[in-house]
Amino acid sequence: MTQIRRFSENDTQITPETYAELSAIAARYPEARSGLLPMLHLVQSVEGRVTSEGIEACAQVLGISAAEVSGVATFYTMYKRKPVGDYLVGVCTNTLCAVMGGDLIFDRLKEHLDVGNDETTEDGAITLEHIECNAACDYAPVMMVNWEFMDNQTPESAVQVVDDLRAGKDVHSTRGPRLCTWKQAERVLAGFSDGLADEGPAAGPASLVGLGIARERGWTAPPGEASGPTQAPQSTTDAVEEADTSRAESETMAKEIK
Amino acid sequence: MDMLTPVLTNNWDQDRAWTLAAYQQQGGYAAMKKALTMAPDDIIAAVKESGLRGRGGAGFPTGMKWGFIPQDNPKPKYLVVNADESEPGTCKDIPLMMASPHTLVEGVIISSYAIRANHAFIYVRGEVLHVIRRLQRAVQEAYLAGLLGKDINGSGYDLDIVVHAGAGAYICGEETALLEGLEGRRGQPRLRPPFPAVAGLYASPTVINNTESIASVPSIIANGADWFASMGTEKSKGYGIFSLSGHVTRPGQYEAPLGITLRQLIDLAGGMREGHQLKFWTPGGSSTPLLTEEHLDVPLDFEGVGAAGSMLGTRALQLFDETTCVVRAVLRWTEFYKHESCGKCTPCREGTWWLVQTLAKLEKGEGSEADLDLLLDQCDNILGRSFCALADGATSPISSSIKYFRDEYLAHLRHGGCPFDAAASTVFASHGAPA
Repeated sequence: MTQIRRFSENDTQITPETYAELSAIAARYPEARSGLLPMLHLVQSVEGRVTSEGIEACAQVLGISAAEVSGVATFYTMYKRKPVGDYLVGVCTNTLCAVMGGDLIFDRLKEHLDVGNDETTEDGAITLEHIECNAACDYAPVMMVNWEFMDNQTPESAVQVVDDLRAGKDVHSTRGPRLCTWKQAERVLAGFSDGLADEGPAAGPASLVGLGIARERGWTAPPGEASGPTQAPQSTTDAVEEADTSRAESETMAKEIK
Repeated sequence: MDMLTPVLTNNWDQDRAWTLAAYQQQGGYAAMKKALTMAPDDIIAAVKESGLRGRGGAGFPTGMKWGFIPQDNPKPKYLVVNADESEPGTCKDIPLMMASPHTLVEGVIISSYAIRANHAFIYVRGEVLHVIRRLQRAVQEAYLAGLLGKDINGSGYDLDIVVHAGAGAYICGEETALLEGLEGRRGQPRLRPPFPAVAGLYASPTVINNTESIASVPSIIANGADWFASMGTEKSKGYGIFSLSGHVTRPGQYEAPLGITLRQLIDLAGGMREGHQLKFWTPGGSSTPLLTEEHLDVPLDFEGVGAAGSMLGTRALQLFDETTCVVRAVLRWTEFYKHESCGKCTPCREGTWWLVQTLAKLEKGEGSEADLDLLLDQCDNILGRSFCALADGATSPISSSIKYFRDEYLAHLRHGGCPFDAAASTVFASHGAPA
């Protein structure tokens, strides 16, 4: 089957151009190894996942061992060792989205696509997974397709999205461009522009709710010349005391710096 | 003082707000030009005087943090923006960077100049493709316009910015784990000391600030420390973005002086969804202890929320009505912490696992009342025993929910499972029909 061949271990797509691009990523940083995360994104854009060949390539470019690269690749959830479909569909099932309907959306998609979590449809089109909070809680329940926002979903709208994607129709993010493939998205994460930054709105409706109310009621921040009593903490000890200590231990102990 | 004070959100409704042209039309980069004529120490002093406290949740004074950078250290200094917004419920930095990435870029230039850094990094979580496109483009536009690179605006000051996409790890929101990620390693927190201000990125002096903190800097330079301090409360100065989500009529972003109350915010948001009442809420993400309707009038500033037994955190106000099972909510958060534990410290790696086991049993109506004490005991053995605050955060929803809703846990045991109808909590449930 072509499908299997496409993801075969011995069918690497890594070329001399890939090596050149990996080196270009490393060169963006004062120390080359800082490029490893984007480099692994590039590997995924070429290979459709993190392959052994991709790991070797990163290791070679950075002059570190394959084991070190592998250790990083297995730590971060966006790196996939199994082949990913053209569209990675993630349903947020962290508490808020789950309660607002994310659990039902995820259940419906599993049933509709006949796959479980972190599995790919037989045609290689859709990989389904549940994801953690994606910082769009005011648009709950949220679904991501190739890390583009699909806001305010219902089980029906989510099914429509995956059906349209499998039928090859154009599907747009609710706050962004027409959905590209997962490999194309990974290339952008590696730092290579696809020229789509100007697509979509500046902000979705929920992002503008407070601003809209302020505009209606004529509310603004004070004019530039306004003044109030400035009362910054006078000592580090005060600041440490006032800071939310359990969330910022580096800062709570900052007095030791001096 | 008006109830809402849009500063950071003020240009989000402008046409193509994300572009350099639109940003400059609104007066963008004027603060940068002013800053580059100032002495760096005067900028640090202004930010100190403004009273700006870290907007990533901790509330440490931003200017003071900058002052920790040892300027006599010969190594390069670095500014790293923590744009890894991942705390459940938190959704302010992502819309900011999508709508107005130049606000952040301008803040990075001013802040880097103040701490005398020539290299800055924006570490943005990888799971937000379009936000990353907008950031990359904004940085590119700034270079093309001479606002980044060599001799910015003829000032003699050089700065390079790299937009760095993460790869999916909540822990990288912790500042030293973030540095590990930025150095191309597994994102695990570092032992301190040394602190990042002395030995951070590449063991060099490094300031790490949240996106919203850095984005607030241009407004302080443009309008003055007094102006910033004219908003907010005695010890919590300025404005902040409050993110309302959940069972409220109009969820969204509301930018207001610190000290606004949840009652005021819910009123602005059109009330809770029709026919329902507030049951519990998080003031600043899932790591901040739950509060209830008895806390509706707590001033949402660092002191007020602290006095109520929780933390202001990231002002991520997740609101749940009476249809929501608190045990289900807490179990799901706990599963999140278990999944995101980096595994470095035993109390967190093993402890979050045990918390899930115990909670899952209770949620199914199995176990006994003694399991509640077991849970609290587990929390006690986890809190404060790891390198970073991840596991501390994991205990917050558990201990606070047992404090306020002990009987609901017991109801699961009596009922032999969850007594709630999960469908009634969804947005697709028929409106106005109490469960």
